[in-house]
Amino acid sequence: MKNLPWASLVIIVTMLFMAVFAPFIAPHSPIDQTLADKLLPPFWEEGGSAKYLLGTDVFGRDVLSRLFYGARVSMIVSALALTVGGGVGLVIGIVSGYVGGRVDNLLMRIVDAALAFPAILFALLLAVTMGQGLRTIVIAISLLLWARFARVVRGEVLALKQRDFIALARVHGCSPVRIMVTHILPNVMNTFMVLLTLYVGVVIVAEASLSFLGAGVPPPTPSWGLMVAEGRGKIASAWWISLIPGVAITLVVLAFNLFGDWLRDRLDPKLRQL
Amino acid sequence: MRRYILRRLLQGLVLLVLVATIVFFLGRLTGNPVDLMLPEDATQEDREALIETLGLGGPLHQQFGMFLAKALRGDLGDSIRHREPAVKVFFSRLPNTLKIVPGTMILALILAIPLGILSALYRGGIIDKIAGAIGVLGIATPNFWLGILLIYVFSVQLGWLPSARMGGPQHYILPTITLGTFLVAGFMRLIRSSMLDVLDSEFVKLARIKGLSETIVVWKHCLRNALIPVLSLWGVLMGALVTGAIVTETVFAWPGIGRLTYEAVIFRDYPLLQAVIILDAVLIVFINLVVDILYAYVDPRIRVAE
Amino acid sequence: MSGDIVLEVRDLHTHFFLRRGVVKVVDGVSFSLARGEVLGLVGESGCGKSVTALSLLRLLPQPAARTVQGKVLLDGENILTKSDREMRQIRGSKIAMILQDPQTSLNPVFTIGDQLRESIAKLYPGQHDTVMPRVIEALRKVKLAAPEQRIDQYPHQMSGGMKQRVVGAIAISREPRVLIADEPTTALDVTIQLQYLKLLKELQQNSDMAILFITHDFGIVAKMCDRVAVMYAGRIVESGPVRQVFDNPRHPYTQALIGSVPKMRRQVGRLQTIEGQPPAFSDLPHGCRFAPRCPLADDRCQTTYPSSFAVGAEHTADCWKVGAAV
Repeated sequence: MKNLPWASLVIIVTMLFMAVFAPFIAPHSPIDQTLADKLLPPFWEEGGSAKYLLGTDVFGRDVLSRLFYGARVSMIVSALALTVGGGVGLVIGIVSGYVGGRVDNLLMRIVDAALAFPAILFALLLAVTMGQGLRTIVIAISLLLWARFARVVRGEVLALKQRDFIALARVHGCSPVRIMVTHILPNVMNTFMVLLTLYVGVVIVAEASLSFLGAGVPPPTPSWGLMVAEGRGKIASAWWISLIPGVAITLVVLAFNLFGDWLRDRLDPKLRQL
Repeated sequence: MRRYILRRLLQGLVLLVLVATIVFFLGRLTGNPVDLMLPEDATQEDREALIETLGLGGPLHQQFGMFLAKALRGDLGDSIRHREPAVKVFFSRLPNTLKIVPGTMILALILAIPLGILSALYRGGIIDKIAGAIGVLGIATPNFWLGILLIYVFSVQLGWLPSARMGGPQHYILPTITLGTFLVAGFMRLIRSSMLDVLDSEFVKLARIKGLSETIVVWKHCLRNALIPVLSLWGVLMGALVTGAIVTETVFAWPGIGRLTYEAVIFRDYPLLQAVIILDAVLIVFINLVVDILYAYVDPRIRVAE
Repeated sequence: MSGDIVLEVRDLHTHFFLRRGVVKVVDGVSFSLARGEVLGLVGESGCGKSVTALSLLRLLPQPAARTVQGKVLLDGENILTKSDREMRQIRGSKIAMILQDPQTSLNPVFTIGDQLRESIAKLYPGQHDTVMPRVIEALRKVKLAAPEQRIDQYPHQMSGGMKQRVVGAIAISREPRVLIADEPTTALDVTIQLQYLKLLKELQQNSDMAILFITHDFGIVAKMCDRVAVMYAGRIVESGPVRQVFDNPRHPYTQALIGSVPKMRRQVGRLQTIEGQPPAFSDLPHGCRFAPRCPLADDRCQTTYPSSFAVGAEHTADCWKVGAAV
């Protein structure tokens, strides 16, 4: 028990709490504009107040509340992108690894090509052509993930293929699909779980970056990346608008990375190359 | 060796065609791309006129054919905002990016290689701990925020360094740190783990058995082997570099192709974005080829066939 | 055995300091090696043979392992007390080693000529032009075909057998007093094994070199060695001239080991197997370590570690049952 990365877990749980309970714990609405209260500093600075603990932005919106709702956005996008991207990668990895031969060759060439090309460019293109929105950004980030997941899962499957219980299943006449689902899939779950935690950080930064560039979740929905972008122009006079969300991003990503490393060391140390 | 290069070249070309195809079809995902290019108050006649000019009227495969034909001639359409051929705009901005990105990359390597090696050699020591902290923080901190933070501290508060645009040498400092931090962190972790693996290997044991000094064992026997994975992971790092360049140039208003990409997105300049992506692909294929050749040179298992 | 003693190991103790506790991998090993003789060190995997070898060269994985007690006398001098610098000069020149896996022993990014040159150049400092011909000569000595071409080749271009010859060439290049061969043929094809053993024997006979031959294969011991020491769970349980130990094995473990080697020339019944597993190093019994698996074990065997008993000229076995008979 004492080996658990406590600090990381605390941060992660806090973030999840903020995300899930945002509507109940946020002191203000994240999108209502109160122009009279705009650009108020955090409570510890001169001019700040307890009403807006972390200050307000250009439109008088409460930074703290937007921070909570931003956590929600990050969590939802991460969950969806990991499910879609990770899921696709998992399936392709299993199929490619197990079936082998020409199918494997072809799929891996596509994976190589995907890995060689920066996914952000396609993400930006999608934002322009499909318009901004949850669907767009989830697809965009999934593009970033699937090839990496496919690669690693395939490696695991190749090793598993050699083991006796697979040969036994074949001798018993199990169809390939059945073998893949009932024998291979459960055995790659460990690796898959570790990958998921290792990539949460990547996804959160990707979402924040895309939102910063104006290609993420559309305003007025608060995203941490978007908040940083909005505060950029006022960095000289109202530093809290940009800097505070950035601290949140860094802390959360750090926590997930450290937790992911810990999990990997316990479940699947072979992945240390990642 | 020659076959290896040819194969890589072919792969690169395939990638280019793939990218062009995807870009082409993504544009047509939600209807005719012409709608992306028209101003709000365009009339039906304006729309049809534009379709005519850009050749977007015919069946899909015909359009694709035209698209490819034009691309091979170096014509990737005109930027809506700049009203000039997109290719021209791209190459006019490319030099600015070249002024900062390669330099940052080299600087990152110069820092990361010794740090990674020393961390591995003195595992658990003070250098390892500091390097580890830099590594972990460097990867977690989002690029764009780091840039803004640096601007706040060094420009706004301390007034030491300028916050935007190109200019004299002091303009280079903050963008370089912003772009480089992530690179240094990534490289360093990779080199450290690679070095640790090599230090454990049998041939290093044999080198010690031969009675070679530790210096030679490390610098001659370990180093080359440890650096090989760095090259092979280059492709992945390339993606991070492009993202980093876009974000960094945006934060510092640096007039390079990264910022150009951002502008294309903000202003919904679809033809420009399309061109930027394809030209980026060309650049990437080219750089990857150079790295592949370097890789073959460094690793005799590839250079000299069995 | 005639000839002076080149290497004498006295009461060597090497411990591994792991998170779960101290593991006494080498727990009081003593043997000696005379000039020109081949001593076989036999035992199952994991009994501490390789660690013994690494202890002699002081190349234990640090900081986990350390030799905590004992003396290793090379030509009379205790090398365990020498400085790092002095030890480095001894390695390769006075003591050399051949590792088990030829696939990983050579550095993949340097030519084998380069790797041999590193060793040979130390013999002729400053005389760069004379080195390469000597490299070629060394390769010829290990019967590697076309050595002039080989020096520019990389390890991956050669077969396992060829690579192991190169490793052998590197080892003998500076005419060491002692050669430690750690399972040199285990990773080779059976057909190549015999050739390699013959080569080693030839090389040894042409020089005065003493060989410490580590193996788990008693058959190889019979072919190669003059004397043999049988190791079990960190200690030597029987040792003596090969002929004597073979014809008259007195320790039950030795008997079981020899009994389990298929003999081609005689009719045998079932192949003998040894029941059970060697004890975990973290959980060693107080008495004889082989007792849990020994068909002859009694109460004294379980509680008190046996003393050494002489069985013949220079043949000893550490077993209470031997003591009783003698």
